[in-house]
Amino acid sequence: MASTSSDTATSRPAGMSRPATTPRPARPRPGVLGGLSHLALFIWALLIILPLLWTFLASFKSNTEIFGDALQLPGQLRLDAWGRAWDKAHVGQYMLNTVIVVFFSTLGTMLFGSMAAYVLARYQFFGNRVIYYFFVAGMAFPIFLALGPLFFVVLQFGLLNSHIGLVLVYIAYSLPFTVFFLAAFFRTLPDTVAEAAAIDGASHTRTFFQIMLPMAKPGLISITIFNVLGQWNQYLLPLVLLTDDKDKWVITQGIADISTIAGYEADWPSLFAALSMAIIPVMIVYIIFQRQIQSGLGAGALK
Amino acid sequence: MERLRKYGFVAAFLAVPVALYSVFVISPYIQAFQISLTDWNGYKSRLHYIGLDNFTRLFGDEVFWRALRNHGILLLVLPLVTVVIALFFAFLLNLGGGTRGAGMKGIWGSRFYRVVFFFPQVLAVAVVGVLFKAVYRPDESGVINGALVKLGLDPVGWLVEPNLALWAILAVMIWQAVGFYVVLFSAGMAAIPKDYFEAAALDGAGRARLFFSITLPLLRDTIQVGWVYLGIAAFDGFALILVLAGDKGEPDGATTVLPVEIWKTAFTYSKVGYASAMGVVLFFLTVTFAVLTLRTTRRERIEL
Repeated sequence: MASTSSDTATSRPAGMSRPATTPRPARPRPGVLGGLSHLALFIWALLIILPLLWTFLASFKSNTEIFGDALQLPGQLRLDAWGRAWDKAHVGQYMLNTVIVVFFSTLGTMLFGSMAAYVLARYQFFGNRVIYYFFVAGMAFPIFLALGPLFFVVLQFGLLNSHIGLVLVYIAYSLPFTVFFLAAFFRTLPDTVAEAAAIDGASHTRTFFQIMLPMAKPGLISITIFNVLGQWNQYLLPLVLLTDDKDKWVITQGIADISTIAGYEADWPSLFAALSMAIIPVMIVYIIFQRQIQSGLGAGALK
Repeated sequence: MERLRKYGFVAAFLAVPVALYSVFVISPYIQAFQISLTDWNGYKSRLHYIGLDNFTRLFGDEVFWRALRNHGILLLVLPLVTVVIALFFAFLLNLGGGTRGAGMKGIWGSRFYRVVFFFPQVLAVAVVGVLFKAVYRPDESGVINGALVKLGLDPVGWLVEPNLALWAILAVMIWQAVGFYVVLFSAGMAAIPKDYFEAAALDGAGRARLFFSITLPLLRDTIQVGWVYLGIAAFDGFALILVLAGDKGEPDGATTVLPVEIWKTAFTYSKVGYASAMGVVLFFLTVTFAVLTLRTTRRERIEL
């Protein structure tokens, strides 16, 4: 902390010697203020990093260490908790399930969402507006309103406790926003290219897949990221739709369950190992794609 | 022929999405309104209508009012605190470096801070909940209490004290949300033409003045969007509260919210009719909030 504020103090004067663009003499810029701004930012960064770092370190601790002083480092590097979390606590299985579910549900959401959005955005036909608002209205309803009936709908289709059921439900609930966002995007694309393709004899389907989709790539990337994150982090829907069969659980259910089990099995290190396993892949993906993720989610909120 | 091909194409592209959406989204929503007027328990084959009895009972239900009170607190505090902190950080990150050379600069290291601040947003709420359950542990094995004990203070039962638990949970919500709004507001600030700041700085406006006279008014629309999003989030809180406080909203219902009650009433107590009535109330609360916010804060747009 000390080093940060002193950094500011030394870098300030350099910034203060204003270049020729300002005719006025440099207003005395309080170095204290700059230091305090840095301090505020630095503290918030610590508030985020420390709990995560602590979780990671706690996965190497023994039970006694975990229940002792929280701020102590692990006595030695124990890796056994990671093994137990992966096998015995099924974190590996939960991860695999989540990857499978999210892969297919995002794929389905993007395929069906872009198909519907494209047709609604670029074709005139009777009922176009009605169907558009029918989709968009879904954004106004809290999912909790549908919770009870949804369970019984999925039950009637015999899709309860199945990944297919969860995938279909994820797709259905991701459609309103995806259609809304992509329809706005498709509307901005120029007509000329599609017309040229039609004159060259390309079918509507072919125009869509080979010409319009590639042109919509930036929008598709944003909304894909948005959907992957949303579906990866979903907790409520799997809790309702995948209750019974533990082998099919997704990672959020698994982590919440391990947290409960850790209480009476007294295996806290593997809880922290499981937590770390849930956090680290997300962190790696985030660090690689952070630009796209930030702009994707930001664009999503502003539309 | 061409017309026919066009309509065939439109129908083919819409068939699957509309079917999926109707079956899994629209039909449950419509059924929810219908079921809220019955005493259905999920097993009876016929619906037995009881009029508005569920709603009458709900308004006399102490738990319902407690949940509502908690939503009220979340609704007041969550958007306000998150927006204030996020605006402050976004301003520092984008413009805190002062005028240097050609334009306003962000503070040193702003890229790093942006990456770190946003990270909690990509973590699953359930994972965050489990993590903070450990952070908040009531003895010195929790991170916060470990530090307090080190400083010679008594450990605090963050999630155990009825007057404290909701605030502890609220803090986690803010912890997770701030980064997203920092990025959102940063994008908004980046869209403000740099000359505005330069002109104001030339006239001797300080950083505070720049913020209140230029950034804030021009960022109004973005802040409004953020406010609505956070308000809607205040009507949720399901995953976090279920993980941190359990399905009873421990301690003693002090932290319970409607989504948790809906889930529990429908799936633990099998009172689907009653749960749906709560869902209907939640729906009207959310919509009323969104409409009111958008209405009362609407104003002439400032053209850039």
